Amino acid sequence: MKRIAVALATLLTLAASPAFATMKVVTSLQDFSSIAEAVGGPRVEVFALAKGYQDPHFVEPKPSFILKLSKADLLIVAGLELEIGYLPPLIDQSRNEKIRPGGPGYLDASAGCDILERPTGTVTRAMGDVHPFGNPHYWLDPDNGRVIARAIAARLTQLDPPGASSYAANLAAFEAKLTEGQKRWDAALGPYAGAEVVTYHNSWPNFLKHFKLVAAGYVEPKPGVPPSPAHVVELINLMIEKKIPVILIEPYFDQKTPKSVAEKTGATLLTFIPSVGGVPEAKDYISLFDYDVKLLAGALAAKKGTRP
Amino acid sequence: MRLRTFLFFAAGGLACALGVQAQDAPAPTPTPSPTPEPVATPVPTPAPVATPAPAPEPTPAPEPAAAPAVNPTFFNPAIAVIGNFLASVGHNPVQPSPAFQVEESEVSFQAIVDPYARADLFLSFSNEGVEVEEAYATFLTLPWQLQAKGGKFKMQFGKINTMHLHTLPWVDEPLPMQDILLQPQGESWAGEGVSVSKLIELPGDTFSEAYFQVIDGSSGGGLFIAPTKGDLTYDGQYRIFRDFGDDHNVEVGFSYVYGHNGTSPTNTTSLQNAHFVYRWKPLQGKPYRSFILRSEYFWSQREQPDGRQDAQGFFVGGDYQLGRRWYTGARYEFSDRATNASLRDKGVAATFTFMPSEFSMLRAEYRYREYAPGIRANEGFLQIQFAIGAHGAHPF
Repeated sequence: MKRIAVALATLLTLAASPAFATMKVVTSLQDFSSIAEAVGGPRVEVFALAKGYQDPHFVEPKPSFILKLSKADLLIVAGLELEIGYLPPLIDQSRNEKIRPGGPGYLDASAGCDILERPTGTVTRAMGDVHPFGNPHYWLDPDNGRVIARAIAARLTQLDPPGASSYAANLAAFEAKLTEGQKRWDAALGPYAGAEVVTYHNSWPNFLKHFKLVAAGYVEPKPGVPPSPAHVVELINLMIEKKIPVILIEPYFDQKTPKSVAEKTGATLLTFIPSVGGVPEAKDYISLFDYDVKLLAGALAAKKGTRP
Repeated sequence: MRLRTFLFFAAGGLACALGVQAQDAPAPTPTPSPTPEPVATPVPTPAPVATPAPAPEPTPAPEPAAAPAVNPTFFNPAIAVIGNFLASVGHNPVQPSPAFQVEESEVSFQAIVDPYARADLFLSFSNEGVEVEEAYATFLTLPWQLQAKGGKFKMQFGKINTMHLHTLPWVDEPLPMQDILLQPQGESWAGEGVSVSKLIELPGDTFSEAYFQVIDGSSGGGLFIAPTKGDLTYDGQYRIFRDFGDDHNVEVGFSYVYGHNGTSPTNTTSLQNAHFVYRWKPLQGKPYRSFILRSEYFWSQREQPDGRQDAQGFFVGGDYQLGRRWYTGARYEFSDRATNASLRDKGVAATFTFMPSEFSMLRAEYRYREYAPGIRANEGFLQIQFAIGAHGAHPF
């Protein structure tokens, strides 16, 4: 009896503890950790430096992140200088050679993605917080999500060859889910192709392009610059003239000005979630789009119904 | 057995070389279309995953698209300039400052040297001339979680001393920097030597780091003076950092320094410091609100021909973020003078800061100081600071 119990316990322990060392994956954004988790399955352990509800441009380089980075096997970043304000010194202090740019454990997720708004002329800071390598909010296009997932699978396979078949299988499953999702999202937003919206920060070019929507204007006069009264007046006039139905705002900006703009123009102010984890419902990359698409389609439908 | 393994890898390698997208074989997935087509992407039949062993290499990640055209300045260091303009009103006979002054222009050059090291050079241009503020190489790839630095660097002593002037929450530095560390206004204590630091993980995701620094025996403009070349100055620091949830974190640290002060061939100075930093920055719910409390305690024991001077210094400062670009803060400070501990200076200050962008700052400070023996100074400052170029992020 006792022997059986011991054998059973051993078996249970064996079943519970995976027979492989988990890969420690640190990502700058929760979106990447969600994809890495989908692709890596139980073979990876993910940690995101920036939370989905926080402004990814301004992350504090906390020493606790150094600890995470020092033990990481893989670091996945958005690149395009999105992390320039906090990540380089953390990598330096991590004393982890693998995750330095160019190292085997450093993955720039922008590689191969459709990057929009690469400045062509001279770039100066008079233009606000411009990103000289293009708009870094590219993960908000599900096609780019697919590219990112493949890149992550390829890199995980490289770093952990015994997991190859598992990564390939997880990738296929993720891509299938994504394809299913894209059908849903296209169907929901399809009727509104060409609709114009106003957004707070220029975080959505990839999302809007994918769903054939157009950003008619921004609440920020220039990226990273808070709205001035003159700009607000201009924006209100533009929105009334073009009958723009919605304003999209990221959860980490002050709602005061956009709220008053929405009141004056009759538009709906939507708190749009730019990253996984921005709201509890957006718990992974697929449900992030489910959430945003449902929110936007709902608002656009309501406006269409009420408009004469 | 070995041959089979070899053949297996050879076959895999060959497959890769030929560009066979092995991962696509079991489940034909749609190719990513960078320009989204209206056509719905074909549903990949998620084939039952019985991937056979041979060559399970997925498609290699595509080339980074980000790299701009090759340009001849590619390996040049990142260069940045930080200008610091200071205007002052009020009378201060002890620490006078001009009505208008370009206090310091910091020029930095920062680059990766090779796969093993990076180098940082900070030059300070002021009316007194050019000074090498810091110039050091950091060796990043040492074993046992070590990191080493060689050159001239700000000493790891307390918290404020490690920070650059333009990252301080005030226009000036608190009294112990002048009275205990004997630094001129606007400067911190730097030394030339080597520094080794080690990362030590404590339970509960707690970060800690230990520093050991050995520098030339004469540094800090009179703080340490070595009677002989072999009389070096030693500095040790241990700091612990811990997050409390998303929104709060605390750092505490202890520093100890020992060296010769040159008042006689054997006289030494020991310095101790305890620092405490508390930060509150809610990640959600309250955009543009934050609070930082900084405090340091200094203790100096300086042997002099007239006996040992035991001097203590202290400051505490709080800074609250009022809005996206607005901050306000207050500071209390006192310090005995290291060379004559019977003289104690005291002061209070209040600041108001506006940051039009990450790259510029306007700050007003009101300061009241009472210098021993009873000399009072009421002053107002206005600071304009700007940063141009590719200034690297600062350590936390």
